[in-house]
Amino acid sequence: MNFQPKNLLKGMVAAAAAVMMVGAAQAADISGAGATFPYPIYAKWAEAYKAKTGVGLNYQSIGSGGGIKQIKAKTVTFGASDMPLKAEDLKEAGLQQFPMIMGGVVPVINVKGIAPGQIQLDGPTIAKIYLGQIASWDDPAIKALNPGLNLPKTSIVPVYRSDGSGTNFLWTTYLSKEDKEFSERVGANTSVQWAAGLGAKGNEGVANMVKLTDGAIGYVEYAYAKQNTLTFTKLKNKEGKIVSPEIKAFQAAAAGADWANAPGFYLVLVDQPGADSWPITGASFILVYSQPQDGAAVAEALKFFDWAYNNGQAAAEQLDYVPMPAAVISQVEKSWSTIKTADGKPVWSK
Amino acid sequence: MAITDMSPGTPTGSPPGTNFAMGRYKRRKVGNTITMGLAVGAAVFGLLWLVWILAILLINGLSAISLGLFTQMTPPPGSAGGLLNAIFGSLVMTVLGMVIGTPIGIMAGTYLAEYGKGTKLAEVTRFINDILLSAPSIIVGLFIYTIVVVPMGHFSAWAGSISLAVLVIPVVVRTTEDMLNLVPGSLREAAAALGAPRWKVIVQVTYRAARSGIMTGILLAVARISGETAPLLFTALNNQFWSVNMNAPMANLPVTIFQFALSPYEDWQRLAWGGSLLITVAILALNIGARMLASIGTKKGQ
Amino acid sequence: MDMAVKASDISAESPRARTQRRNDLLFRSATLFFALLVLTLLGGVIISLIHGALPALKAFGFGFVTTEIWNPVTEKFGALAPIYGTLVTSVIAMLVGVPVSFGIAIFLTELCPAWAKRPIGIAVELLAGIPSIIYGIWGLFVFAPFLQKTVQPFLINTLGNVPGIGAWFKGPPYGIGVLTAGLILAIMILPFITSITRDVFETMPTMLRESAYGLGATTWEVVRDITIPYTRVGLVGGVMLGLGRALGETMAVTFVIGNSHHIASSLLAPGTTISAAIANEFTEAVGDTYTSSLIALGLVLFIITFIVLSLAKLMLVRMNRKAGT
Repeated sequence: MNFQPKNLLKGMVAAAAAVMMVGAAQAADISGAGATFPYPIYAKWAEAYKAKTGVGLNYQSIGSGGGIKQIKAKTVTFGASDMPLKAEDLKEAGLQQFPMIMGGVVPVINVKGIAPGQIQLDGPTIAKIYLGQIASWDDPAIKALNPGLNLPKTSIVPVYRSDGSGTNFLWTTYLSKEDKEFSERVGANTSVQWAAGLGAKGNEGVANMVKLTDGAIGYVEYAYAKQNTLTFTKLKNKEGKIVSPEIKAFQAAAAGADWANAPGFYLVLVDQPGADSWPITGASFILVYSQPQDGAAVAEALKFFDWAYNNGQAAAEQLDYVPMPAAVISQVEKSWSTIKTADGKPVWSK
Repeated sequence: MAITDMSPGTPTGSPPGTNFAMGRYKRRKVGNTITMGLAVGAAVFGLLWLVWILAILLINGLSAISLGLFTQMTPPPGSAGGLLNAIFGSLVMTVLGMVIGTPIGIMAGTYLAEYGKGTKLAEVTRFINDILLSAPSIIVGLFIYTIVVVPMGHFSAWAGSISLAVLVIPVVVRTTEDMLNLVPGSLREAAAALGAPRWKVIVQVTYRAARSGIMTGILLAVARISGETAPLLFTALNNQFWSVNMNAPMANLPVTIFQFALSPYEDWQRLAWGGSLLITVAILALNIGARMLASIGTKKGQ
Repeated sequence: MDMAVKASDISAESPRARTQRRNDLLFRSATLFFALLVLTLLGGVIISLIHGALPALKAFGFGFVTTEIWNPVTEKFGALAPIYGTLVTSVIAMLVGVPVSFGIAIFLTELCPAWAKRPIGIAVELLAGIPSIIYGIWGLFVFAPFLQKTVQPFLINTLGNVPGIGAWFKGPPYGIGVLTAGLILAIMILPFITSITRDVFETMPTMLRESAYGLGATTWEVVRDITIPYTRVGLVGGVMLGLGRALGETMAVTFVIGNSHHIASSLLAPGTTISAAIANEFTEAVGDTYTSSLIALGLVLFIITFIVLSLAKLMLVRMNRKAGT
């Protein structure tokens, strides 16, 4: 044998050709891209939906910003974002959005001797921690919220998410609403310039960093805190009640929200009214064109979302997501009637 | 200095002044022992990382290796499943990326080493190629996104393969050129003196002399792209299901590992470790296989 | 240069020679075509980078590379922190990686018993085969906690008290940070530099080496005075390949560097690199200025690579002149 790189190439060409041969067409799948937070539940729904209808879903979790970019570039049928677009931005881009699934953001800590749910915090205190102004766990502000709890003189290490994410958006929106100085110095966005603390990538990175660092505080998605049994804190909500991070607390926040008067469903579920509402709740949104080029593809996608709204609750709760309340679902499906193809035919009918 | 100080104390040594040659010899010998000791230390140090990383991979990955890993599709959290679609997608895109990138790289490297020597064009190409070696792969992904995905209007396995090919090219160009340059000129001259035309000299003499080096380059390229996550993110996307359609998004191992490893769900994390072990073992096999092939080639060639 | 072509010119032009000449031209044109293709393709990447970076460069001007601010809320961006992080992590990687790689290559070519050569060589190359994402996950879950518990407290208690360089080793041991990223980079570039170094060492004519040994030279002297001078061009090539990899490495660094747009005097503090910032933030970046600033970061990386390579070339030319070749 005359072994040369060229022979290797010949082999590779043959292999590639063989691969091409099998490349037969298959049923068109729904394609979407965007937020990472809802990816596990979309995957779960997609599997069940494919088993039932034969239609698959290509969903790529490339991040909310990526989802918005992709739908604007028309490379996908729908985009997904944890940060809702404002009504005027939607109009300008010819897009329509609706909430699909909810979740919450939960503060997690690592302080020796403190068990999950044992400590209570409120917005202004957390904001001051993330501004570097409250630097020790035995600070009077924390003591006042937790009378009777033995707090050590450990310095506080705030941990933040360094990658842009919907979790950051909810967290900074919450802190900005609760503390004026935070909103002026840091502000609310998917990523911000932090005043103090350590950055870590993703929920996993934050959780890991908190676990490793004595005196740390961080924030992760609820599903993450739950699955990893992290030391979460309770929070004081808008009505001054202390609440635990639980499915019903997130649903209470969604139920209390005024969706009907939110143009384009633009609603950030932070600091919602209701005695049982968890103050840092958020929805993940779907973006589609109001006048899609490919009406049939959007119709397929809407069929999937309708199925998920009506059949996907159990799966969502099993993965620690919060399904949308029925009242919101009917409002969303009503809004779908305005999605029309170029010749004016609505793509959705039930 | 410490070395010369030592010599008077040793039984055979004489004061450095009286027997200069002896002291110098000793110094050279000790110096040699120290540097060679450091070389052995370096080898142990290098292997240590491999053992450490492999041990971690084995500990976490072995429990995930089962028949189901190779026969089932990527599952949603909470269901049983495997990595079949991701393994297949990765194979397809890596092979295609190599098929597109390797010939381009070898030919371009040949130009730089054989024909273009000293020309401005070669100079510029070589330089840009070196810069591209260090380009963050995410930028290559974005480039392919702009020139392939956007005009096509959708993500596809083709776009993924092409972006991998773009990563392959600079590695292969660089190693091909380096390895061809190492082939002694006398070999070429001898062949040319026998009347062989230039292209035949290159294909049959130079390539053959440099083949193990070029193979190393190709392997480095495979290694580089086999675990690339970033360029696939904006090109091949991912796919939860089985797909053989090159014009549609396709699943692949690195992106799947990335998503699963950082998820909160234990079954996903286990699959991620399994996938990590799989990629690494595959590359080990590739390495050893290619080396065996190369050594068979050497024996027969002589 | 064109010996073969000229040779056939002199001899009578037989049909066979004509075919050969045509083949020759064809082959030559083909290689030229692909070289040009590489140039256009790779040039295209650079042009698309410049195009994408323009809005940010217009908005911030030269200040983009001299300011440390990175604020997505007010849309003010500066690249100083990632530039600093890129350079520092690469320097750490080279300081650790290059001597170790040379050591391994020397071990493999000069000291290693023949039976162990292949397994060890393959083992080192396998390090190159481990995808960077696995280095990242291993770095985050295994290596960073290890450093946090052992190496970093040690550094803080010893080097941290030395005046001058002490500032590099101050602060709490977080585990992740600039030093950790640099060390992981060092491990990642090991196989690249080692395999090239070993390959070029092996191109040394045995006769040269044997003659030196015959004159009574020690192994180290042969390596230092014969092998390294003989192969230095190839060695620099290998080092460059490693440096290129270190400068542009993305995934592994992203996991362990801490991703903070602050320049800290301590190597133990979190930082960021250009490629880590892009990988970390690009997908979630909303707004044209933000996206454009990230692409501008990519352009800056190209420029840094450009400068580093130019310096390396200059060094090579000097070295050659000094050696009188």
